[in-house]
Amino acid sequence: MLGLNKKDTSLLILVAALALLAPFILNPFPSGSAMAQFNAGYPDLMQRFVIFGIFAIGFNILFGLTGYLSFGHAAFLGVGSYAAVWMFKLLSMNVVPAIILSVITAGLFALVIGYVSLRRSGIYFSILTLAFAQMTYALAYSVLTPITGGETGLQLALDDPRVLDGAASGDNIPVPGFFGMEMRGSSQLEISDWVFTFSTGYYFSAIIMLLSFYLSIRIFRSPFGMMLRAIKSNQQRLNYTGLNARPYTLAAFVISGMYAGLAGGLMAAMDPLAGAERMFWTASGEVVLMSILGGVGTLIGPVLGAGLIKYMENILSKINSDILHGWFAFLPDGLEDIIVSMIYPFIGKGWHLTLGLMFMLVVIFLPGGLVEAGQRISRLFGRKKSDDKSDKSTSTEPAE
Amino acid sequence: MGILEVKDVNKRFGGLQALGDVNLSVAENSCHAIIGPNGAGKSTLLNCLVGKLIPDTGSVMFDGKSVLGRKPYEINQMGISRVFQTPEIFGDLSVLENMMIPIFARRDGAFRMHAVEDTANEKEVVEQAEHMLESLNMADKRHMHSASMSRGDKRRLEIGMCLAQNPRLLLLDEPTAGMARADTNNTIDLLKQIKDERDITIAIIEHDMHVVFSLAERITVLAQGTPLVEDTPEKIKGHPKVREAYLGETA
Repeated sequence: MLGLNKKDTSLLILVAALALLAPFILNPFPSGSAMAQFNAGYPDLMQRFVIFGIFAIGFNILFGLTGYLSFGHAAFLGVGSYAAVWMFKLLSMNVVPAIILSVITAGLFALVIGYVSLRRSGIYFSILTLAFAQMTYALAYSVLTPITGGETGLQLALDDPRVLDGAASGDNIPVPGFFGMEMRGSSQLEISDWVFTFSTGYYFSAIIMLLSFYLSIRIFRSPFGMMLRAIKSNQQRLNYTGLNARPYTLAAFVISGMYAGLAGGLMAAMDPLAGAERMFWTASGEVVLMSILGGVGTLIGPVLGAGLIKYMENILSKINSDILHGWFAFLPDGLEDIIVSMIYPFIGKGWHLTLGLMFMLVVIFLPGGLVEAGQRISRLFGRKKSDDKSDKSTSTEPAE
Repeated sequence: MGILEVKDVNKRFGGLQALGDVNLSVAENSCHAIIGPNGAGKSTLLNCLVGKLIPDTGSVMFDGKSVLGRKPYEINQMGISRVFQTPEIFGDLSVLENMMIPIFARRDGAFRMHAVEDTANEKEVVEQAEHMLESLNMADKRHMHSASMSRGDKRRLEIGMCLAQNPRLLLLDEPTAGMARADTNNTIDLLKQIKDERDITIAIIEHDMHVVFSLAERITVLAQGTPLVEDTPEKIKGHPKVREAYLGETA
């Protein structure tokens, strides 16, 4: 179907099902119950899942296929966000032109940065991209304040021109929408104690994520993808086979930069503001972690990695000591305090510690990331290999 | 006038004269071997031919065009394919994919996105690659991970990948180094077969005299960066200068 083989088609259908049913899958606990805080089915977080999924899918096209580790990909995400917000300010609150412009702008940035950085490979390439990203960050943060809003970030204002929409009516800043459908709009479905939220913004992003995922499968399976894997495998042989690696790596770099721009544009479409912190080097590092955690060079790995990290960032970090005391209240007082003090460093603001430990464990024991974990589990149960993908979806769900 | 003409090539690495006034002419559709003791400059010479090194002085002409200053991939497109001392293949790719890449490259080597290209074209490439693997007797290994093959098979694949480009000159850098006897003989047979079946010029650098005397029609002996003699295998065998270079004066 759609030019994919059977295995890829089933993978795409699976991802589509997971994405479209996410409001149910991510909300397994009834609201009001003690476990409700592990629910991830609220629009804000689900949007982040798919948007960072897009970011990681794009990053994986570069890192997973060519092996070039870019340490500055957040710059393209940030550029995409700024481009989208400017489109909201100047042209229209419709998200379509905003997203198109963010992809194009990020692509142009990637072309320039890639052209220079790809003259080197290995660690020097990583350092060059990092340097470019930090320069972009510094520019956005201070020098280019008239364009980027500097420290406060770029925000919409009531008196923005918005040529296509005409003057804003009333005292409210208009919200981004897709031909009349507001991105922040949502409807709720209540089934006994469960409340499921269906957000327009989430479904819009999810559909774009599915399209990006489909495109990435096509790239992976195409001769172009094969050429990129050949670059990772042996550049020397490629050179002596009459092929210049540079245009291929540059194309991969620009494509993955455009994915990042798309993610940035979507972020701005969900919440129309853009700040320089999106370009900070930690944001670039995060997408590296996502790819490695999920499985570098696999199709679905980066999406899973993005989901897992964003889940931990938003859920684990919300647990505080009061909640812990609540859980262990059944224990005798002394024991309760001891257990709480043992767990405490790993939750709340300490979620980075948990992430770091997990990352270490994955790199040491599962170099193939969550995808390898899924494959091992499925082999353990002696089931056929194509099923393994479904196991790994549990990683984006609360698993305690 | 040979297809490959090397004239007065000099190359220094600091104080070391790696190549001094090398002149070499390889006739079209012949098999020319370059032999010499360790450090004679054989590999340096080869690297000068494929664009990895640029000679300090002198000229290297292939088919009447200079190769100097061109990048390795450009020289390859002129029709020179190179086999490395340790087999250089795409280890992460399957054997079939390894064979597909030179076939894609053969068209002109220009950058193509391929991602949205029509599948008929890709099918044709797959067919050609499978055909090539069959002629190498490797069709049964086509879905194998190429890194997991034996050294002999890797060498076979590498030679096949070079041939898939229909090169006019095939350069081999010690193709049987570190190989078991059986693999060495297989490689010799493969090269003989190539020589018989194709219009191709082969230049081979080799230590193993068994390989050299089975294949070469002409031999150049290199010692200390300078060609000592150039002649037919029969004459080289008994040449006193060659004995001297290989075995020392007292022999």
